[in-house]
Amino acid sequence: MSDKRTTVDDMVGELRSGMTIGIGGWGSRRKPMAVVRAICNSGLTDLTVVAYGGPDVGLLCATGKVRKVVCGFVTLDSIALDPHWRAARQAGQVQVMEVDEGMFFLGLQAAAWRVPFLPTRAGLGSDVLGINPDLRLVRSPYGADSPYLADAADAGVELVAMPALHLDAAFVHTNRADAAGNGQVLSPDPFFDALFLGAAERRFLTTERIVSPGELADASHPLATVAVHRMLTDAVAEVPGGAHFTANPPDYGRDEAFQKEYASAAGDPAAWEAFATRYVLVDEDEYRARIEERGQ
Amino acid sequence: MSEREVISGVTRAEYCVVACADAWRGDGEVMASPFGTIPALGARLAKRTFAPDLVLTDGEAALMVGAPSISAEASELVREAPMPYRSVFDVVWSGRRHIMMMASQIDREGNQNISAVGSHAVPKVQLVGVRGAPGNSVNHPTSYWVPDHSVRTFVERVDVVCGVGYARAAAAGPGATRFHEVRQVVSNLGVFDFETPDRTMRLRSFHPGVRVEEIVAATGFTLSVPDDVAGTRLPTPEELELLRQELDPGSLRDREVQS
Repeated sequence: MSDKRTTVDDMVGELRSGMTIGIGGWGSRRKPMAVVRAICNSGLTDLTVVAYGGPDVGLLCATGKVRKVVCGFVTLDSIALDPHWRAARQAGQVQVMEVDEGMFFLGLQAAAWRVPFLPTRAGLGSDVLGINPDLRLVRSPYGADSPYLADAADAGVELVAMPALHLDAAFVHTNRADAAGNGQVLSPDPFFDALFLGAAERRFLTTERIVSPGELADASHPLATVAVHRMLTDAVAEVPGGAHFTANPPDYGRDEAFQKEYASAAGDPAAWEAFATRYVLVDEDEYRARIEERGQ
Repeated sequence: MSEREVISGVTRAEYCVVACADAWRGDGEVMASPFGTIPALGARLAKRTFAPDLVLTDGEAALMVGAPSISAEASELVREAPMPYRSVFDVVWSGRRHIMMMASQIDREGNQNISAVGSHAVPKVQLVGVRGAPGNSVNHPTSYWVPDHSVRTFVERVDVVCGVGYARAAAAGPGATRFHEVRQVVSNLGVFDFETPDRTMRLRSFHPGVRVEEIVAATGFTLSVPDDVAGTRLPTPEELELLRQELDPGSLRDREVQS
């Protein structure tokens, strides 16, 4: 098995301005924040960010990296809405492809399965179709005379054709991984991380700790906790605390005090500059030192 | 304490809890997904009394045994099956769910908005986002909870249609209408449904202590008001005891709706 170990800087070094980047996790949970911070510190611009949005989206918007966001929401969980996202939207600074959470899932699934779209009822009748005028409907080819039709109401029915969400690169963060790129999630929800990787050209995994091959599963952690297999991964980097300040149990919970400070820096240029100078526009070692100073 | 004395002390929040519970009456073995404190209490009260087959989540990624206090610690909960987000979509699209979402705006036809106030391109106020509202509303029964009934929340036309109402579903065709149902809207003032010939909002009951004129004045569109509209039902003594002693001993309900 090849050794896929690398660094966050080398991962981010592969990105180019204008790319479409998928970010795993959900809301303010298990986000690859070390990668997000590295992108904030890069010269990259005009990114399209595809995410079940949390502070990843807020930070990238606040640092001017984003042209467009594809999402169904942007939340900090314990704070209903990321105020940096709110500020960017209300100032007209970012475009959005806002879709239903389930449409989003099908878009990743379509890309991972290499089909151009997947059909769904989700979106029908809603303004999701109006605010995304390039979305199309598809008519079922199975009519009243088809032997496959189970219910007459579905004869030739029109559904939303959710397009595949192709990603130039995807980043996810797991609790454990091995050097071959298998990734293990030790909290109850693997979210859609494997699908983000499956939808992407370049697939990047960061993890709290890299263990030896075959050592991910043990008596208390069944093999099913290995949510990402190595065929989905091009590179892996060990980054302890790499999801801070989002929740990454059982390694650590959300740093609520830090998140509150992040949120309250929105909308006030001076407060944001102070926060960004201290916690965002710094390298990972310095970031960790400053978090330790806070008594974490 | 006599039954009358118990009932005379019922708070507005408690009427709201019972009204929310009743929204799930008759649903059988489906996932009840409540948003907000009072709907969460309503779902638990329903499960503990007349709807024992309801399926509740632990708020994270599992289905939960029973219906404990809403203040229970995560470590006290007993889980019966995993329910990560990926599986939630299986439940949503199978129809085995009745959600009660909140609404920043709701209109006469039952459209709901949680995305943006003003223009969607550059919102006056950015809200959380459409979330799962479009898919929920055309796949399984959907109800709404609005703790602050006013002309700003009950509007003639919502700015962004997230949860789909009756006219919009009909216009979208059979793909949208087949499993579409906006069951009820519960607010801090009353209970509403769409059991009118043109499927527009109707006052189903007013919470005791609220005048019908007050509801009409706080609603930004013409509301159907049946001549014989009644008050929201009283909680039974058993329901009140369950609610006060077991489900919400810390009275979190009073933070969402004041008496």
